[in-house]
Amino acid sequence: MADEVVLLDTWVSMFGMRVRVALAEKGVNYDYKEQDLKNKSPLLLEMNPIHKKIPVLIHNGRPICESSIIVQYIDEVWNDQSPFMPSDPYDRAQARFWVDFSDKKIYETWKKMWLSEGEEHEAGKKELISIFKQLEDALGDKIFYGGDSFGFLDIGLIPFSCWFYTFETYGNFKMEAECPKLMAWVKRCFQRKAVSNTLPDDKKVYDFVLAMEKILKNK
Amino acid sequence: MAQEDVKLLGVVGSPFVCRVQIALKLKGVEYKFVTQDLQNKSEELLKYNPIHKKVPVLVHNERPINESLVIVEYIDEAWKGKSILPADPYQRALARFWAKFIDDKVFGAAWKSVFTVNEEEREKNVKETHEGLQFLEDELKGKFFGGEEYGLVDIAAVNIAFWVPLVQEVAGLQLFTNDKFPKLYKWSQEFLSQPTIKECLPPRDPIFSFFKARYESLLASAK
Repeated sequence: MADEVVLLDTWVSMFGMRVRVALAEKGVNYDYKEQDLKNKSPLLLEMNPIHKKIPVLIHNGRPICESSIIVQYIDEVWNDQSPFMPSDPYDRAQARFWVDFSDKKIYETWKKMWLSEGEEHEAGKKELISIFKQLEDALGDKIFYGGDSFGFLDIGLIPFSCWFYTFETYGNFKMEAECPKLMAWVKRCFQRKAVSNTLPDDKKVYDFVLAMEKILKNK
Repeated sequence: MAQEDVKLLGVVGSPFVCRVQIALKLKGVEYKFVTQDLQNKSEELLKYNPIHKKVPVLVHNERPINESLVIVEYIDEAWKGKSILPADPYQRALARFWAKFIDDKVFGAAWKSVFTVNEEEREKNVKETHEGLQFLEDELKGKFFGGEEYGLVDIAAVNIAFWVPLVQEVAGLQLFTNDKFPKLYKWSQEFLSQPTIKECLPPRDPIFSFFKARYESLLASAK
């Protein structure tokens, strides 16, 4: 029986992109359903009644929620190729730690910076840059976070890269100047079809955020 | 083979540290508990957890692992013995989801319900705690969240079983009661009485006094 795989997502979500990259890495065919979060579909509410958020992966009718959990699920089910998790338990723990770190810190800090001004904005910007510097330190001199192979933490972090142009423009800084090693890692990731074919154009992301800002400011 | 060197940096009375202690005990791992002074953080803590500077930190053969749920999964993978996570990928995804839910939605809200002086903030967090507890109540189908035997979600929920009733008493709140959540309450009694779990729980009275003092100092500082 063929697998039925459906993804409830929104094109601009960094968390949804993790799942799309993971599915692409494994070569899994799936049905993508773009969601309208201002008008949540009955399917989304049925499949994620707890959080009512995307992404949700529906595999043979059963939902899996939370992007980092979905990516691990994908790795465990489609385990015949391209393993995401390192083989050593310690390295796995490190990968999980940093994905958890990025979950807790990046989006929240971006929001602090986004629509704020003056001191608050500067503080948000400083914090955001320091988060990426910490992530850059964690990479060290490795090719990927997974070592020689592109893995769980690479998948967890690469979607944020298409938001860099947005962060830079709102924060008036350059990632290349602040985190050159991280940017080199981004370039290496983009050599993979699963990444380059999946992630949206960073200017499109910026235009989306600009439009959101206009809506929020007109309220 | 080199002697296993396992250290747990923690404090007695932390629910997050308790989770790790339960996991280590389940696997029969011998370890050294290194009590931390969180008001005066040790060089060791800052070296092993520079990012969050928090407990618990598990140090295994000099290598640190942070974040209680990450540590519990690590313990499950590094040592043989009783499994903490299920084997089936879908069941594993569900276990991880509910453990994360407890941290993200229930325990934080419960804590904020107690340790606040802002009535609006309290009301908001009480509501969120009740909603979260109701989801857990509905999710509990068997004896434990893990089924016939306890697993990751039960261990994560030790925060709710032991600490929520304790701190709600400190503030005189009705967050988690037998009336409102009978299945969850029954689960908590069953879980806390399991020998392995019981041995890892801190003594109730000193912990109660500690949180009561903290609550009273919070009220006093708001006046």
